[in-house]
Amino acid sequence: MMTQTGRLAATREALGPTLIKLAEEGLDIVVVDADLGVSTTAAQFGQRFPNRFYTMGVAEQNAVGVAAGLAAAGKIAFVSSFAAFIPGHCYDQVRMAIAQPNLNVKIAASHGGVVTGEDGASAQALEDLSLMLALPTFRVIVPADVVECAQAIEEAARRYGPFYIRMVRPKIPVIYDESYRFQLGKAHLLRPGSDVTIMAIGVMVYQALQAAQLLAQEGIEARVLNMASLRPLDEGAVVAAAKETGAIVTAEDHSVHGGLGSLVAQVVARTCPVPMTFVGMTSFGSTGRWDQLLEHFLLTPNRIAQEAKEVISRKRG
Amino acid sequence: MEDWKELEGLCRRIRRHIIRMTAQAGSGHPAGSLSCVEILVALYFHVLRHDPKNPHWPLRDRFILSKGHVTPAYYAVLAEAGYFPTEELDTFRRLGSRLQGHTVMNCPPGVEMSAGSLGMGLSFALGLALAARLDGAPWRVYCLLSDGDCNEGQTWEAAMAASHHRVDRLTAIIDYNRIQNDGFSDYTHYQGGGDRRIGGWIGPNGYAVNIMSLEPLGQKWQAFGWHVIEVDGHNLPSLVEAFQRAQKHTERPTVVICHTIKGKGVSFMENNPAYHGKAPTPEEAERALKELE
Repeated sequence: MMTQTGRLAATREALGPTLIKLAEEGLDIVVVDADLGVSTTAAQFGQRFPNRFYTMGVAEQNAVGVAAGLAAAGKIAFVSSFAAFIPGHCYDQVRMAIAQPNLNVKIAASHGGVVTGEDGASAQALEDLSLMLALPTFRVIVPADVVECAQAIEEAARRYGPFYIRMVRPKIPVIYDESYRFQLGKAHLLRPGSDVTIMAIGVMVYQALQAAQLLAQEGIEARVLNMASLRPLDEGAVVAAAKETGAIVTAEDHSVHGGLGSLVAQVVARTCPVPMTFVGMTSFGSTGRWDQLLEHFLLTPNRIAQEAKEVISRKRG
Repeated sequence: MEDWKELEGLCRRIRRHIIRMTAQAGSGHPAGSLSCVEILVALYFHVLRHDPKNPHWPLRDRFILSKGHVTPAYYAVLAEAGYFPTEELDTFRRLGSRLQGHTVMNCPPGVEMSAGSLGMGLSFALGLALAARLDGAPWRVYCLLSDGDCNEGQTWEAAMAASHHRVDRLTAIIDYNRIQNDGFSDYTHYQGGGDRRIGGWIGPNGYAVNIMSLEPLGQKWQAFGWHVIEVDGHNLPSLVEAFQRAQKHTERPTVVICHTIKGKGVSFMENNPAYHGKAPTPEEAERALKELE
């Protein structure tokens, strides 16, 4: 199931093809675009289904409202842009027009995280998950690779209600093969271990796997969980990790305030307090190649491994 | 026509509801509610194809209230139209009530959209209209906007997109009373002193003056690709005639700019910014109700 064959793909590459497949099956999908459909790959859907693809220009507030109206009339409405712009440029519209009335709108946001790269800090959404997790009706998914992303989009399309799917710009390692099955609300165990648990999302899942290999060389067995389904969160997997491994490291290409780390810490604090530490962003990003930026901001296997050892050292008795 | 006499009586009854609801709640937005009574009555009692007993009827025309703070008028019209009992109006703004200060979609059924943050209605209405067109369905969409709605950039994004997509089944309606939260939108109704300055300023009575002039409003909408109709927003036959003309327009959406008086029908509220977001006291309510008999 887990291949790490060296294939690289951007998670955003899943969007257009998956939407086309689902609409060809007969799902009543429409796509609202804010002049980034070529980048998010939603434009591929527009080429195949021109009557179901609405260009709104660079106007995210309106795009979100139009998607909400389409959904209120019974459509499965996808709206697609960069995460810096949806939700970043139109958070109140997302809150009022989609989240509060619980409408069937799916936000497919690309360019999440510092891995957005050379475009620099303005384009790197580092707070989108905090914003989206603050809206109680939204389900929030951060796929780890293109295979998982396609399945997450399909899951979002087939279930009623608001979804936020965070995708990335660069071609990152593909970790799953086609036998993988994404399950909403389930963490995916990528590596068993009982000394510490590394919980990761997005591009950091691959980094976590590399970190676990480094730790194994030192005789430390790290459990690695892909936490792609942030809401609903697999609380059972979190509690089990706390009880069975006694120490947790979270890793995300996102602010450490309000994302995966905060979510997991709330569960741990409530159910089974154990030492935790948080790998993520504590500043705005910068310019550079995506892999250089991961190094620069210490979103690396080495850093995760170090943090794992540190958190293990704080275990009681 | 006797028809109008009956609807004019209904307008007075709705104005009394507005006064009672806000006075009982001790808060709310009476003046902007009073300014759109005829618009709502013309729509719900003469123009919209709708069925209050079947609020989710798929082929109903949609009315989207973008100026979501005028719930006293909106709820009163929905109740009088038969969506829910008029007695429920007494629960307005109370804990546990379905009638929140600003609208919540489907709460009660008949309320088509959540609003309260200005500028969002026209986009939502456009999305509905696009869905109806995609389905080949006959229903139309109406959206009521305020001066404040027209301050918001999103409204103009939607205006641009609606004509770009040639959505002729969409009608925007502007309750153009020229008074908003802080005071006077422009100089039209300002009677106070002080130097007439460029841009907005705070007048001697503490209200803002010339907050954001929308003029020339009709030309703006025209430039955005809309059919423009201007009417007296308190004249029922003119309003109905305008909405019927809008239905005949093709290729482009239509905006009906309704010239209205904020606080219409209550002498001390008319063109008075004090009652944008303030309920009448019990004494004021008594005076207002007497005027509205």
